[in-house]
Amino acid sequence: MRPGRWRGRDVISILDFTRDDLEELFDVAARMKEMLQRGHVPRLLEGRIVALAFFEPSTRTRLSFETAAKRLGAQTLGFAGEEATSLAKGENLADTIRMLDGYADAIVIRHKYEGSALYAAEVAEKPVINAGDGKQHHPTQAMLDLYTVKELFGTIDGLVYGVLGDLRFGRAASSFILALTLYRPRKLYLISPPLLRARPEVRARLEEAGIDYEEVSKLDDVLGELDVLYVTRIQRERFPDPREYEKVRGSYRVTRELLEKCAKPELRVLHPLPRVDEIAANVDSSRYAAYFLQARNGVPVRMALLSLILGAEV
Amino acid sequence: MAPSEGLLVRRIREGTVIDHIPAGRALAVLRILGITGREGLRVAVVMNVESRRLGRKDIVKVEGRHLSSEEVNRIALIAPSATINIVKDYRVIEKKRVKLPSVIEGIIACTNPTCITRKPGEPLRPRFKIVAERPLQLQCTYCSTIIDEKDVLEQLEEAGEERR
Ligand SMILES: Nc1ncnc2c1ncn2[C@@H]1O[C@H](COP(=O)(O)OP(=O)(O)O)[C@@H](O)[C@H]1O
Ligand SMILES: [Mg+2]
Ligand SMILES: [Zn+2]
Repeated sequence: MRPGRWRGRDVISILDFTRDDLEELFDVAARMKEMLQRGHVPRLLEGRIVALAFFEPSTRTRLSFETAAKRLGAQTLGFAGEEATSLAKGENLADTIRMLDGYADAIVIRHKYEGSALYAAEVAEKPVINAGDGKQHHPTQAMLDLYTVKELFGTIDGLVYGVLGDLRFGRAASSFILALTLYRPRKLYLISPPLLRARPEVRARLEEAGIDYEEVSKLDDVLGELDVLYVTRIQRERFPDPREYEKVRGSYRVTRELLEKCAKPELRVLHPLPRVDEIAANVDSSRYAAYFLQARNGVPVRMALLSLILGAEV
Repeated sequence: MAPSEGLLVRRIREGTVIDHIPAGRALAVLRILGITGREGLRVAVVMNVESRRLGRKDIVKVEGRHLSSEEVNRIALIAPSATINIVKDYRVIEKKRVKLPSVIEGIIACTNPTCITRKPGEPLRPRFKIVAERPLQLQCTYCSTIIDEKDVLEQLEEAGEERR
């Protein structure tokens, strides 16, 4: 392990990292998870301050970062949603970031503009962690998704993946797809209505990485082949015609009946959460459900990330 | 001097001749160079003249102005076939081909309305990485949107209309 490979780094896109980087992160995350389970976590980040700059409303990701920081003894400051707008009072993003850069040791940012995190990283001297920039990237989500796959299957390579839902505007789905290009999936199905297919730059990356992928419209056609089904929400607002939405939504609903009929017993279902009704509640107690485990993994993975970036040894 | 346009413009003593521009793109080349006509430079634009290499071509001649290599290379965005002739004492003393730089900053705006480069009030210049030369593809450094030659030309034409 090269020391300091992570120290001081910005986390903008999952593609900023190599497999080796991620392996190191996952090792540390596994140790963090163990320590959490034992109920004893060293205060590695005692005296540090992490800024949580959530210009866009968020609950899960923000609380998960806050928990991760506090478990390690760091303090957090910041704002979320509405507060951000009033705080800014017309101030531009660059100036708000400069202010936080002066106060904190690392800045976690979520913002509705694509590229906002990279821009913040250019302005800030302290490391910037992207917690979602518009529809583009959500790298820490991708990290915990991969970590969960690895925990479940012992490997990320060689599996058949299906990514379902809004692949065009959904940053979690896009980031997960991009993350898989760092590995060797056996096959990747991109399952979505034609209107919500993956963006050209995401497909370009799949081509470049030589990933065997296929875009399909129906889940039923491929469900039987999958090891991992990554489900994301399809928002009604994405459809210019609401009737169009009503037509497709049923065909993307994952139910226990459907899984028991078509899926392999080893299939595991992931979801970045919050879920609305795209996964039926009766899946929760089935062997297939892995999304609650996945959500819980957010804390140890973000603990690992913060400790590596802030250069605190485990 | 080539006979086809020899009669159209008087020779310049000192300056730059941008030759072999694809027909119809001379004005876009001027826009890339930020030349509006208001600088007071003597500029000759020759359009749709015969060319052995291109069938038809445009030529731009700018008196009293030499181009930096950055400017020259930007021309490659819309006129990869262009040649740059440096004229001194009425004679071409140097010929250069244009070559696309790996990054384009300024000039072209991102087409994605929710790209951070489009957010008002931020001190930020749009920046693109060249991902392919022919056909041209640029990728926004910030939002990863891929734009093509058509987007670039449209913008340069619109920019011209706004000025008028
Ligand atoms: N003194 C000048 N004033 C204006 N245009 C010139 C001058 N000298 C050369 N040119 C133009 O520059 C281009 C390149 O010139 P030259 O090297 O003579 O020809 P070519 O590249 O066609 O063999 C031609 O379009 C020519 O008409
Ligand atoms: Mg920085
Ligand atoms: Zn952009």
